[in-house]
Amino acid sequence: MSAPTLWRDLRRFTAARVALGRVGNGLPTAAHLDFQEAHAQARDAVWSKLDVPALQAALGAQVVASAAPDRRGYLLRPDLGRRLAEGTVLAPRPGCFAIVVADGLCATGVQAQAPALVAALSAGLQAAGWDVAPPVIATQARVAIGDAIGQALGAAMVAVLIGERPGLSALDSMGIYLTHAPRPGRTDAERNCISNIRPGGLSVAEATAKLLWLVAAARSLGATGVALKDEQPVVPLLEVERPFENAADPPVFSEVSQPDGR
Amino acid sequence: MGFSATVGGTRHVFADLRQLLACATPFRSGDALAGVAAASAAQRVAAQRALADLPLRHFLDEAVVPYEADEVTRLILDSHDAAAFAPVAHLTVGGFRDWLLAEADAPALAALAPGLTPEMVAALSKICRLQDLVAIAAKCRVTTRFRNTLGLPGTLSIRLQPNDPVDDPKGIAAQVLDGLLLGAGDAVIGVNPATDNVDNLCRVLGLLDAVRDRYAIPTQTCVLAHVTTTLLAMQRGAPVDLVFQSIGGTQAVNDSFGVSLSLLAEAHAAALSLKRGTLGDNCMYFETGQGSALSADAHHGVDQQTLECRAYAVARRFRPLLVNSVVGFIGPEYLFDGKQITRAGLEDHMCGKLLGLPMGVDVCYTNHAEADQDDMDALLTLLGVAGVTYVMGVPGADDTMLAYQSTSFHDGLYVRAALGKKPAPEFAVWLHRMGLGDRTPDLLPPAMATAGLL
Repeated sequence: MSAPTLWRDLRRFTAARVALGRVGNGLPTAAHLDFQEAHAQARDAVWSKLDVPALQAALGAQVVASAAPDRRGYLLRPDLGRRLAEGTVLAPRPGCFAIVVADGLCATGVQAQAPALVAALSAGLQAAGWDVAPPVIATQARVAIGDAIGQALGAAMVAVLIGERPGLSALDSMGIYLTHAPRPGRTDAERNCISNIRPGGLSVAEATAKLLWLVAAARSLGATGVALKDEQPVVPLLEVERPFENAADPPVFSEVSQPDGR
Repeated sequence: MGFSATVGGTRHVFADLRQLLACATPFRSGDALAGVAAASAAQRVAAQRALADLPLRHFLDEAVVPYEADEVTRLILDSHDAAAFAPVAHLTVGGFRDWLLAEADAPALAALAPGLTPEMVAALSKICRLQDLVAIAAKCRVTTRFRNTLGLPGTLSIRLQPNDPVDDPKGIAAQVLDGLLLGAGDAVIGVNPATDNVDNLCRVLGLLDAVRDRYAIPTQTCVLAHVTTTLLAMQRGAPVDLVFQSIGGTQAVNDSFGVSLSLLAEAHAAALSLKRGTLGDNCMYFETGQGSALSADAHHGVDQQTLECRAYAVARRFRPLLVNSVVGFIGPEYLFDGKQITRAGLEDHMCGKLLGLPMGVDVCYTNHAEADQDDMDALLTLLGVAGVTYVMGVPGADDTMLAYQSTSFHDGLYVRAALGKKPAPEFAVWLHRMGLGDRTPDLLPPAMATAGLL
């Protein structure tokens, strides 16, 4: 691509709302209404539901519900979304790797992307010698429901695939939270997160590769969270004129928490 | 010791300071979630009356989180400046409110700040209407410096927030240019990284520093990674202007963030040793937000607004360049709608300013909250009148990485124009030199078009 010369040329480089124009200090009418439309769609997406039978057919999973009574109760009471509904029974499978597929704050992205990611992840885990438990679908669920499910199964580790809060430009984003030795009471600092998995964001293949790397590192470290640093090198995306190049020490990593259904 | 007040013939009793503060708090969903909110409107106003009669001195004798169990409480009480406190030591909370509205001025408030505790200003805010929160904050002056001067009277600064879902350098660079064209970036050019990988951190830091250096922009840059990652980046020689960290108001919530006072002190010392500031050495950047402690189950039965103020005690220990509450980010279970977000934003701003912090606010909301752009316009305008140090600038108000809506570059232009505010003086001179003083050209300034960044 040629170097940008016009303000509007910036749009070639990002999906962000750049070069919107300017009327006085405000937004031109079309840009203003574009925003209002996107917000309306995102508001509706918050109230979208998982198509559980379809997902169950794709994953061969069992289905559990959180203790939240409905969507409004889910939004106002995150504590209920972290607990399993009373009477939930899961067959123990000590030492397994547990995979949880949860609706979180928007079901759309999980519905579309979880089947492919679970398939790739299961294959990778089995190749690494893991006993992978059948996936568990959890509805009206927050990230920490993985702790309750992981404990019930006796899992060594749990990955929670969960719908992220819809943004204006991304109604279909999924995040993954990895927790070693899951049990209720784990804090966010004890998890590693991969976020923005969606078309136009992180691909399913990239997310799977990153997760498998984290799982292996967590297994040898015996922990997830801030103690686990990602030493995966980053592929250079751009040569700036003065690139940073003082890489003397081994690269290290810690994932930040991203907005989602915690 | 207990407290009581009679409202409508009923005597309401509050077991301790913690309960009194919680019951006196204007309603918000997070306090209901925690089970600490007042049970009725009458109980709330009774708590407010009892709180108004409480001497400020009492806050030095009763901690809301036990001293022995919490390093934030120890920091608050051990660093209290009795001499600075003396001018208001005889006042009750209600008397303090009256004194602030009637008599206090900027020099008096600057001198007083080290004598105030977070719990004192939290208590004050609970008996303030919105106009009090605005009027008192507007009297405060907090000035900080790194490569420019922030917080001067008549200025309002913008953090340029060019977040990209995969930290693509071109996506970040395009947003930086867009923000500069619209007058944003004097508070900081600050990226929230999509992943906290240190390699990635160093790469984005290098990009931002290259942009700043190439255009000789009198501002500072920051990648808002975890403090431990930034420490590693500094060890590798990365160009770190500001050390960022999210913080909270109890030791337990900071544990959940993976930080402690000693870790923050280590990072502060490391950043100071780089001596990258040209006008000053304020080199820390903190973010906070009501509800974080409850979210981490680390709230000790204290209301979320009081805990938020305690986070400011952590912040001021490190003389930050910037502090902002990310007020509407946390979600409807803590702040349900535009009304609750608006009040919380004004509370956070006033309380931070009284404690001596260069307080900004991320005027924002998420798509699962009952809020929209109208609510943001109202809060932004109120904060401008209150003298907010800075707000965020995100292209078109839509952060494509964090999936929430903040204020846009255009919003920054609007509020400066509506209230006669200017950018930081050094940055205003730079904007003028680049031909960006009061309009945005359709043609990129030649220097930007040929920078080799895109």
